[in-house]
Amino acid sequence: MIRLEHIVKYFHKGSVNEVFALNDITLRLAEGDFVTVIGSNGAGKSTLLNCIAGSFFPDSGKIFIGAGDVTRWPEYRRAALISRVFQNPLLGTCPSATIEQNMALAALRGQKRGLGRGVKGSDRERFRTELRQLGLGLEDRLLDKVGLLSGGQRQALTMLMATMVKPEVLLLDEHIAALDPKTAGHILSLTEEIVASRGLTTMMITHNMKHAISFGNRLLMLHQGRVLLDLCGSDKKTLTVKDLLEQFYLAQGEELAMDSLLLG
Amino acid sequence: MTWYAALGAVEQGLVYGIMVIGVYLTFRILDFPDLTVDGSLPLGAAVSAVAISSGVNPYLSLLLALGGGFCAGMVTAFLNTKFKILHLLASILTMIALYSINIRIMDGPNVALLGSDTVFDAVTRLGVPSHFAGLVVFGLFAALVVGGMVWFMGTEIGQAVLATGDNPQMITSQGVNIHVVIIFGVGLSNGLVALSGALIAQNQGAADVGMGLGTIVAGLASVIIGETVFGCQTMARAFIAALLGSIVYRLAIALALGLELGGFRFNPSDLNLITALLVIVALITPNLKRRLLAR
Repeated sequence: MIRLEHIVKYFHKGSVNEVFALNDITLRLAEGDFVTVIGSNGAGKSTLLNCIAGSFFPDSGKIFIGAGDVTRWPEYRRAALISRVFQNPLLGTCPSATIEQNMALAALRGQKRGLGRGVKGSDRERFRTELRQLGLGLEDRLLDKVGLLSGGQRQALTMLMATMVKPEVLLLDEHIAALDPKTAGHILSLTEEIVASRGLTTMMITHNMKHAISFGNRLLMLHQGRVLLDLCGSDKKTLTVKDLLEQFYLAQGEELAMDSLLLG
Repeated sequence: MTWYAALGAVEQGLVYGIMVIGVYLTFRILDFPDLTVDGSLPLGAAVSAVAISSGVNPYLSLLLALGGGFCAGMVTAFLNTKFKILHLLASILTMIALYSINIRIMDGPNVALLGSDTVFDAVTRLGVPSHFAGLVVFGLFAALVVGGMVWFMGTEIGQAVLATGDNPQMITSQGVNIHVVIIFGVGLSNGLVALSGALIAQNQGAADVGMGLGTIVAGLASVIIGETVFGCQTMARAFIAALLGSIVYRLAIALALGLELGGFRFNPSDLNLITALLVIVALITPNLKRRLLAR
């Protein structure tokens, strides 16, 4: 469960570059919700996810994850509750560490680290079993450095690592945008499989309206730091890309000049 | 080069090698270029020398030196992480502050250890000839430090240190406070540098405030030579390469200083020029090799 109450965030407040990034966002995600988030560039999608993850603190408002108030928790502390996959496939893994070392780092997410061996012999079998689900042959390359892998392989590994310790919420920030279409499709179906099999509460930013409609049980459209649309259940099931655009124009009351950005 | 000069160079390579391991930790693993070492090497020497001359056990004085260096490194890392001062600038500030602090500690620019018991006396008492004592003690300490660091980098905390230098966003997302890791890592690095300084002081029989000059340059030169010559594919290999790089560096310097071309000889004051040339050669060799092989 995750709850945002009246979140407000400015960047460069008081300067000429002032950006009103999040404008009074109130939101409640139930356990197991899979929310897709869309909106034009600068709508506040990434800002919202970063705010939940604790990359910065909101100017006002409160954030609850699980049972507690985490508003003033720094990012590393919230990591015990949150898993993230970034748009940049290089951000989720350590290039100079091996595959098994990366997985061992993720297997301790949010836990105390001590002077025990980083990778234990007993871990390896478990890592291999998990890697086998990816179908990329990585299970035979435990000792390869991650820097040797392609962007798609690294993103697949990051997806797997994100769920080694079950998070309260999984944040996916356009995690397939930097991949070629075939790899993107593979990562997306992997995402669906992992989210469904573990019943993860998930927020996924996408620029692809078709994906936004076909994935998840709920859809958020952001515009200028506000939630413009919040559809779930049957409303979302019957939605088409055309509806979505119309809804957008309607709520906006203006013609949007940047359709191409939204349609991706 | 005489046999005696070569022995001296290896000896120096081993003891400065402990400093090089520290530099490797900050410069390569944590990606934190740290100039504090020019101050923490004489800090270690000063602490150890003053402790010994006031009757402290020489081994215990090494621990005190290590602790002193650790604190100096922590100050640099604290300035960088908590107050967002650029790492280079933060380390320069600590370094110049240490110059004054070292003189305070020694109550003067140097302290002599004449007649005091040092860690070397324990070895000579076992029957080791005195000109080999340095080699034995430095070799033991260097092996201990390399072994310890290889072990540490394989632990859960060590892996978090590795990840902090490699991908700070990733390790933060895994729940690690990178500020704590950096403060600890830079502290550990300077602790090793101070240990190296303390051993040098006990060997030379004196600590001097000026003995840290150029430490970082020698450290970086050794790290780069080690990587170029011996490679850094695994953690163990990287640390051993850093230590061997230090020995190669000291041998090369000794070789250059012993060189006689017609009437030309290098002076000790040419040391910096030689170091710069060595580093340039070490840096461009892999590149040149690749180009030649590609033909």
